[in-house]
Amino acid sequence: MSLHTLSVLVENSPGVLARVASLFSRRGFNIESLAVGPTEHEEISRMTIVVNVEENPLEQVTKQLNKLINVLKIVELDSVSSVQRELLLVKVSADTKNRPEVLEIVSLFRAKVVDVVADAVIIEATGTGEKIAALLSVLEPFGIKELVQSGLVAMARGSKSISK
Amino acid sequence: MINGSESLVRSLEHAGVEVIFGIPGGAILPAYDPLFDSSIRHILVRHEQGAGHAATGYAQATGKVGVCMATSGPGATNLVTPIADAQMDSVPLVAITGQVPSGAIGSDAFQEADIRGITMPVTKHNVLVTNPNDIPRAIAEAFHIASTGRPGAVLVDISKDALQANTEFNWPKSIDLPGYKPTTKPNSKQIREAAALIAQSQRPVLYVGGGVIKANASRELMAFAELCGAPLVTTLMARGSFPDSHPQNLGMPGMHGTVAAVTALQKADLLITLGARFDDRVTGKLSTFAPNARIIHADIDPAEIGKNRYVDVPIVGDLRETLTELAPALQAEFAAGHQPDLGAWWKQCNSWRSTFPLGYDIPEDGTLSPQYVIERLGKIAGPDAIYAAGVGQHQMWAAQFVSYEKPRTWLNSGGLGTMGYAVPAAMGAKVGRPETAVWAIDGDGCFQMTNQELATCAINNIPIKVAIINNESLGMVRQWQTLFYNSRYSNTDLHSKRIPDFAKLADAMGCIGLRCEKAEDVDATIAKAMEINDQPVVVDFSVHRDAMVWPMVAAGTSNDEIMIARELAPDWDSQDL
Repeated sequence: MSLHTLSVLVENSPGVLARVASLFSRRGFNIESLAVGPTEHEEISRMTIVVNVEENPLEQVTKQLNKLINVLKIVELDSVSSVQRELLLVKVSADTKNRPEVLEIVSLFRAKVVDVVADAVIIEATGTGEKIAALLSVLEPFGIKELVQSGLVAMARGSKSISK
Repeated sequence: MINGSESLVRSLEHAGVEVIFGIPGGAILPAYDPLFDSSIRHILVRHEQGAGHAATGYAQATGKVGVCMATSGPGATNLVTPIADAQMDSVPLVAITGQVPSGAIGSDAFQEADIRGITMPVTKHNVLVTNPNDIPRAIAEAFHIASTGRPGAVLVDISKDALQANTEFNWPKSIDLPGYKPTTKPNSKQIREAAALIAQSQRPVLYVGGGVIKANASRELMAFAELCGAPLVTTLMARGSFPDSHPQNLGMPGMHGTVAAVTALQKADLLITLGARFDDRVTGKLSTFAPNARIIHADIDPAEIGKNRYVDVPIVGDLRETLTELAPALQAEFAAGHQPDLGAWWKQCNSWRSTFPLGYDIPEDGTLSPQYVIERLGKIAGPDAIYAAGVGQHQMWAAQFVSYEKPRTWLNSGGLGTMGYAVPAAMGAKVGRPETAVWAIDGDGCFQMTNQELATCAINNIPIKVAIINNESLGMVRQWQTLFYNSRYSNTDLHSKRIPDFAKLADAMGCIGLRCEKAEDVDATIAKAMEINDQPVVVDFSVHRDAMVWPMVAAGTSNDEIMIARELAPDWDSQDL
């Protein structure tokens, strides 16, 4: 099994997310991560779906997705020729004693602190899945009180646009 | 100004609808008022499932889009089975359902069900319409999607307020669906590659599926098959796409296929797959299916290609176009001297065919053989009649022992395996083809699921004929219990020799009820039923309950392990392999 990132352009119509999600579940494919949002075209939304499958089932996923009337285009983005990012918000225990240490990690990872109270900070970080995982493992000893992470979003490098 | 309901009915008229099978109810009620004045015939069925299967039978018999209509909630959920059935067998079906008023959606209102959500996984597409101005476009798109590419089921759910509100009627001049562009023209390079592969093959088999019928490509198939000269098998969904009487036709492959068809696929070096989908009922244990065969796979649906089996030459396109282009390409190969001698291959295939023909035992206790009844029915009603089967033993026997010569004369629920399909499907077929004799070949189990539509037939002058192959049990399940569960017949005995009395039931529903219990009466009873054309006829054929469907490839086993009778594999040693 390996991770594949699919960028899926869909018509911005009611029920389209349910349609895509139900297709994955019906055909027995697992979604590792899913992010949906608007695009440069008002009537089109973009889904970035990370799926954990072999090469052959991946072709089947793509073909089945293509059969959905509301799906306009599917492109697989590999990690080399595309920029792939996740967003993390993590609430870490940090008091006056260990806050400098936490802040050092934050700057090392080019993350930032977006909220501070006496005994905790909220850190915002973006990056690849690996970077996020690395940051979390370094923060763990301080005590992670809460974390939330977005699905992965990705865009091909270069000047070409997916919707062309 | 008209209202949404008038817009809906006008849209259906524009889409060319002749007949709708349905039942009114609260949410769809506004639509039934203008329908009353429409040129469209509405047939009031007794259960929405009947409406769905009738629309499917109509579509399969005529090639047109079948239409069914129901109200919200239970009306709509009763359509789920026939919608799933039509989708699995690629039948063009449009289902129209009423929905609670848009303001009430999501409030668990009376008779509210999220039918769009429910049918998402079992439709080709579905929509919820809450704006009356969207109705014509939704209907036009539904018919376009249902009938083009790989046909399928489309549901249009319309809220009651959209049906009641004022609107303008604007029939769309063209369909604009940027996400739906089926490929119909086959790639010429793939056509040439396929022809080259066929020209090299020593043991080719044409593996013909229901797509040939959907594409109306029987004539093109005949021309291509005769040019190619290869043995040909017709799947359950393809029965009738190529004449059974043709010497190249080895019959049906699969779990209950002929030994010749199953074995030819196993031993082939090339499968020329035309509108078939490598279903588990055909392949048996997939990893052992046709192990030495290269695969050409022609289909309108790219997702079928490579889904179950690796494909050497994929051809995506309309099958009629594909066969039309494949023939000259193969001709060119032959003209260049690349024409293999299939003599040895045919000798093998013919020997399987002559050594292991389809057959059955006549019960020693003097009871009626179900296969004999079906065989005689096929002979007497002939190849011009339409046969609709339910699901189970009788379905397999009807696929085996009726000789099909023409497309759209064999209707059945192949993919979903829906018991109860036969009676309503026969009703729909008879509505679409009123001049043709339409027989439902049904089991006593299946018949008791949907026979209420006999009342619909009697009242609406739809004189179908029903042959109940009554073995007083859920026969196919009983057969598996005999073979795999030590003959422990848990819950398969229907006691239907006594209850209900099918002839009396027929009579009560305004049909003619006949009984037949002896072999010597079979011909006369069928002849009598054939003479009755002003009323539906139901014949209760009381048959031997221990008859089994053979040959059989047990589920999950290899096609190489085909059995021709209980614990009896073909004697391959006596064969020149």
